[in-house]
Amino acid sequence: MGDLFDILMTAGFWAATIRIVSPLIFGTLGELICERAGVLNLGIEGIMTAGAMAGWMWVYQGGDLWTGVMFAAFIGASFGLLHASFTVYLGVSQHVTGIGITLFASSLSYFVYRMLLPSATTPPKIEPFQSVAIPFLVDIPVIGPALFNQSPLTYLALLSVPVVWYVLYRTPIGLAVRMAGENPMAVEAQGIDVLAVRTGAVMAGSALMAVGGAFITMSWFDAFYFGMINGRGWICVALVIFASWRPQKALLGALLFAGLEAMQVRAQQKAGAVIPYQFFLMLPYVLSIVAMVVMARRARYPQALLVPFRRGERH
Amino acid sequence: MPVLSLDGITKRFGSLIANDSISLSLAKGEVLALLGENGAGKTTLMNILFGHYVADEGVVEVDGKPLIKGSTEASIAAGIGMVHQHFTLAGNLTVLDNVILGTESLWSWKQDLSKARKKLADMSAQFGLEVNPDAMVGELSVGERQRVEILKALYRDARILILDEPTAVLTPQETTSLFETLKQLTGNGLAVIFISHKLHEILAVSDRVAVLRRGAIVGEVETAKADRNLLAEMMVGEEVSRPKLTAHKTGAPVLEISKVNAAGEDGVQLLRDVSLSVSAHEIVGIAGVAGNGQRALADILSGLARPVSGTVRLLGEPLPFGNPSQIVHRGAGRIPEDRHAHGVVGEMTLWENLVSEDLRQPAVSKWGVVIDKTHAVKRAEEAIEHYDIRCEGPFQQTKLLSGGNMQKLILARALAREPSFILANQPVRGLDEGAIAFVQTQLLEARKRGAGIILISEDLDELLSLSDRIAVFFHGNLSETFPSGSKTVPEIGLMMAGQSSEPAGERANAV
Amino acid sequence: MQFEARPSVSILRAGLAPIAAVAATLALCSVLIMWTGTPVLNAYYLLFKGAFGSTFAINETLTRSIPLIFTGLAVAVAFRSKFYNIGGEGQFYAGALAATYFGTGLVHLPPLLMVPFLMICGAVAGGALLIVPVLLKTRLKVDEVVTTLLLNFIVILFVSYLIEGPWRDPMAMGWPQAASIIDEGVLPPLLAKGRLHMGLFFALAASVLVWAMMKFTVLGYEIKAVGFNAGAAEFSGIRVNRIVIYTALISGGLAGLAGVSEVAGLKGYLTRDLSPGFGYTGIAVAMLAQLHPIGVIPAALFLSAVYVGADAMSRAVNIPTYIADVLVGVSVLAILVSVMLTRYKIRWR
Repeated sequence: MGDLFDILMTAGFWAATIRIVSPLIFGTLGELICERAGVLNLGIEGIMTAGAMAGWMWVYQGGDLWTGVMFAAFIGASFGLLHASFTVYLGVSQHVTGIGITLFASSLSYFVYRMLLPSATTPPKIEPFQSVAIPFLVDIPVIGPALFNQSPLTYLALLSVPVVWYVLYRTPIGLAVRMAGENPMAVEAQGIDVLAVRTGAVMAGSALMAVGGAFITMSWFDAFYFGMINGRGWICVALVIFASWRPQKALLGALLFAGLEAMQVRAQQKAGAVIPYQFFLMLPYVLSIVAMVVMARRARYPQALLVPFRRGERH
Repeated sequence: MPVLSLDGITKRFGSLIANDSISLSLAKGEVLALLGENGAGKTTLMNILFGHYVADEGVVEVDGKPLIKGSTEASIAAGIGMVHQHFTLAGNLTVLDNVILGTESLWSWKQDLSKARKKLADMSAQFGLEVNPDAMVGELSVGERQRVEILKALYRDARILILDEPTAVLTPQETTSLFETLKQLTGNGLAVIFISHKLHEILAVSDRVAVLRRGAIVGEVETAKADRNLLAEMMVGEEVSRPKLTAHKTGAPVLEISKVNAAGEDGVQLLRDVSLSVSAHEIVGIAGVAGNGQRALADILSGLARPVSGTVRLLGEPLPFGNPSQIVHRGAGRIPEDRHAHGVVGEMTLWENLVSEDLRQPAVSKWGVVIDKTHAVKRAEEAIEHYDIRCEGPFQQTKLLSGGNMQKLILARALAREPSFILANQPVRGLDEGAIAFVQTQLLEARKRGAGIILISEDLDELLSLSDRIAVFFHGNLSETFPSGSKTVPEIGLMMAGQSSEPAGERANAV
Repeated sequence: MQFEARPSVSILRAGLAPIAAVAATLALCSVLIMWTGTPVLNAYYLLFKGAFGSTFAINETLTRSIPLIFTGLAVAVAFRSKFYNIGGEGQFYAGALAATYFGTGLVHLPPLLMVPFLMICGAVAGGALLIVPVLLKTRLKVDEVVTTLLLNFIVILFVSYLIEGPWRDPMAMGWPQAASIIDEGVLPPLLAKGRLHMGLFFALAASVLVWAMMKFTVLGYEIKAVGFNAGAAEFSGIRVNRIVIYTALISGGLAGLAGVSEVAGLKGYLTRDLSPGFGYTGIAVAMLAQLHPIGVIPAALFLSAVYVGADAMSRAVNIPTYIADVLVGVSVLAILVSVMLTRYKIRWR
């Protein structure tokens, strides 16, 4: 137990937690927006991969970091549009479309990476985002350096939680998105184009997912590896359920999750000799399943999740 | 000048002509009733008016200006409001959220909730449509939800209000109060289109009646000059008489329900000490507003749910709760409330649906493993013949059947084993007159043969004409049964609203 | 734009759907090939030649199709009852694990019994892996897509632990791999040359068996009814949850067989890269087959040809092998659209 306490008291642990949580926040919020509009987006794993590759490649080709983030968001939104064309306009299976998008987006990313860098044996690196210390706040012991000496993208992730909350709960468009996930006919009956609302939500959500991927290659690491998303997208899907489709709970869930993972890494260093590392690596996936089981009874799904809406079809 | 005029509206779905060159006009302050059987094209016409469908031919004009086709937004902007038969509300959101959706620019960065709240409160007061703006819609009663729907339309300054079968889910008293609201609204200049197939309501509420049959207008008449028989004849064409109950001596009890309590998944109590007994040669009608316990009772009797406590005996044996298959094979036949959701698997063929209750029986499968298709198809052919199911044959996909024929298929399956007890849950909902008569005749035949029947319906007329006895559901309580002629419609209506039909004074004393 | 449901779908149209999807996939991916500078037709010719151009190529394509038939069947069965098993990859490895556990010396039986015994062990292991997700779904309504996906990662890490730890073959010169399957358990090769093995027969037999089950048996009827309309199925007396559990077990079992067939037929021993994503490709196979168990065979052959051919193509010209994965991904999306168009007419207004 003493070891555990030691870990909790180090700034390194908290800094790692905040770093790990950033892509999870982007991904979870992105998935949450899609699902709130009634669309399950299982393309998330591939879209994060595409965002990771696109943002990184933009910078590697000479672009600057922030336009790289925007480029990643643009690529994410484009895959979102593809997803929405299938699930919203054509009304085909959201499950299969999502898996198809994941297969397509990740393989396309690898293909493009290999095309542009055919001979790279060791992955080339870029100059990633540097951490920016916020004056004064950074001097608070333990949590100061952890919270207030981070990459700008991390600040963006933390900021996007209240922004997404505000948009969903305090603006007309947010109301339309929530209503589209509850009863699309109600949206249509008020003269709003449900298909457009859903498409917009899926595009916005997918853009966020892609930024989450970009964080990994442009802030956390400085290179693009194959298979580097490694199930993080799926974990975000589980976190949305854990968060009961609420942005503030999504932050909480993601933090809890990242904290456990940061602790796991540290525990692995201490106990690695006794327990094989694979069991530590399994932990996030096991925890995701546990999280879904814990919340299963309380989960209040958006009523129209997975339900396609076809305008003018006879009911 | 009329507020609204339709000229030559035609709409086809594939080979089916849903609306055939319909012309109508509507004046300010007028209630126009649109009368027609199920499937006559009423709802299609209104969906065209509201921009959900696009007419293949014809013009709609509001205040003399042509209405943009296929745009709900344009229809709302022109002053058309619609209360759909299936409410377009989100249960997990508040009343206010439901009302203000779409009233502000989508690109605004904030909502003016206090202004909206005030406008809603003012309107509620003005029209006597009281509702709590912060209540979750899912927690409101059906009558209250309808009020929200009307407020939604008025909030957007509707001048033409379309009500699609608005009374289907209301108690007689709620219906009366709706009519009063409508009177007040038309007094203020609102024009109303009232869609219904219930003659007495149309006579009570409308100024003018237009009758639709098979997609075309077959007549238009001032309500003052119309009567029931005239309208009925216009609606149905030739007279189809519904079957009537003939006296029959009841036999031994077939189903005894005693002190059954049931709760939903969320722990809400759905049935409270429900007791009821049904004998052979008897139809017991269950009245009540939707959502007061009918579904919970039907689910238990058909094997979809288990009670928390209480007993049910079928032919003297305990009912095997939660096991539809055993319930069926111990002598029960079931007609589900929703044909599409529970009655048939639309994607499978007729013959497959006809054997779905007997899959592991020797008649249908060898050793309960391999389906004996030849035999099953033969059985299906007999059922199609006997129940006059209009179809292309046993290999047709079931979803292509009309509502009436689908119901005949379900009847054929339910009655195949000559069950001693039949649960008929809304057996004629949404059917045309011909099919209604067929289904009701089959039920009466079964009664004559010796079956005991529970008939659940929201249509009091249907219950009064078919039942030997009636009981009323309210908030999970089932009243004592009474002989079907012993109470008037308003008396039953009061029971549906939770007030006993005893004089009010006694009730006050009891409290 | 509006969609109008067609009253019925002709068999011809249903049969054309995958062909149209494949054509669309090849057309769309030709954009990527143009980017590489190789003439498109030349590239596809090389791909075709790589897959079917020689006895060796055909041999390889058939060999590669074996696990795809199994994983494709696994998905086809599961999706029929709307149980979205995306965990084929994990179940594949579970099957391989079981075959390794029992097949590397723990049990000795004559070959005639040993091979079926390993097959059964693998199927049981694959099915067992789905017990948790399916019970979570039927008892607690936990979404099976996410749980099965996450289990893939867990199982693969477990495999990694075993072959780096307790199961590591000391004879393997330091490579992380398990001991070899004993000779009695190896699926015999079908031809004197090449890697094609008995697994092909098992795969084809599985297709026929699954087809017969779906078409002629009560269980097949019940699986279909549950998938189309669980509410109506339950009402008519079908035990929906039980059927979903059976479906899951069958599906997991089929994916487990793929693992056995690879470890005991092709590789001979368990490694971490035993499957380059057969579980995920199985989804594409099943979709291209429109969930038809016999359709799975040509669909698996097509995708295996894509992989084998793409390998050859990328060796010959400068096209990254990832083109094969892109083709698989695009084909999943294309088949969704083409099947949709067989069921609906588009009406432009």
